[in-house]
Amino acid sequence: MLIQLSHPQRQVEIKGPKRTKDVLRELNLVIEAHLVIRGDELVTEDEMLADADQIEIRPVISGGV
Amino acid sequence: MNCGKCKTKAVISLPRHNAAFCKGCFTTFVHEQVARAIKSFKMFTPEDRILVAVSGGKDSLALWHILLTLGYRADALYVNLGIGGYSEESHRKVRHYADTVAAAHGAKLMVHVVEQEAGAGIRELATVLHRPTCSTCGTIKRYQFNRAAVEQDYDVMATGHNLDDEAARLLGNVLHWQDEYLDKQGPTLPASVEGFAKKVKPLCRLSEREIAAYAVVNRIDYIVEECPMAKGSKMILYKEVLNRLETESPGTKQRFYWGFLEKQDKPDVPKESMAEKDQRTLHPCQSCGQPTTADTCSYCKMMAKAKTATPR
Repeated sequence: MLIQLSHPQRQVEIKGPKRTKDVLRELNLVIEAHLVIRGDELVTEDEMLADADQIEIRPVISGGV
Repeated sequence: MNCGKCKTKAVISLPRHNAAFCKGCFTTFVHEQVARAIKSFKMFTPEDRILVAVSGGKDSLALWHILLTLGYRADALYVNLGIGGYSEESHRKVRHYADTVAAAHGAKLMVHVVEQEAGAGIRELATVLHRPTCSTCGTIKRYQFNRAAVEQDYDVMATGHNLDDEAARLLGNVLHWQDEYLDKQGPTLPASVEGFAKKVKPLCRLSEREIAAYAVVNRIDYIVEECPMAKGSKMILYKEVLNRLETESPGTKQRFYWGFLEKQDKPDVPKESMAEKDQRTLHPCQSCGQPTTADTCSYCKMMAKAKTATPR
């Protein structure tokens, strides 16, 4: 599946089917700091992601000062 | 995974609440958390005029959206910092929300452009002033939001600070023992002197992830790109550390920040010294004579049990 990542903007390819939490683990990303969006819908950590899915993993941390 | 309330398909799980929600129930959960913060910290009433500080990011746009949805009278101020394409994009997001959603609620957007008043954007100002960009930005935004709230007779100014912001700031202040800043960490800061607006943080019960999820679920178009000036900031490092802890032990952030607020809320009681407390609570163990709070000390109890226990 093709995964869109931010900070910086990039794309990675991961072989499916795979659970959301395993995809995050493979990319070394913390669940608490990210949302996983399939198409334009949020998915939970136990959701199975397929090769045909369009996935965005969106970071949620922001802030300066 | 199904929604714990209505049993339809969940879109988010919240380990710190041991809960999972579908879109509708999650939106209700977020509204309830904000309503609870507004009430328990005496932030404002439905009659008050609120000025929301918006940046185009998820927190401030979600805050404006929630307040309007809950029926509050909330206008917004956007400060254009002049950070090239980043400011242009965030300005566009705020304008889009104001035109497509807020206007229908009768709410208006005001804009302050730093470059128009100061003659330069935030980066140039920071360079000229030999100050870090984030601190220059913070000073300008605090000043402009406060000025607009006071001059235009708003009852209160609301910011999108969330649980992660407050926990990270608390961690930074504690790590450096900056206790003079701790008083300003409450979710409601009074208009303590003439010229200061009352300031509130209605999102203080919600994590950054929950607010981002709310924005996605409710189709709020916010700027996902991080401010280029914030790269490598200490706040982001503190948030990353806290999120590692939160993942291993859900609820860490809220226990840290809410625990601090509870302690701050309690009146000062004269503190008993360690020696005084020991003299009041300890006496000799009836078996060995060493100090203990019980009749028999835990060492003697353990040894007595070991002598009578049968090996497995």
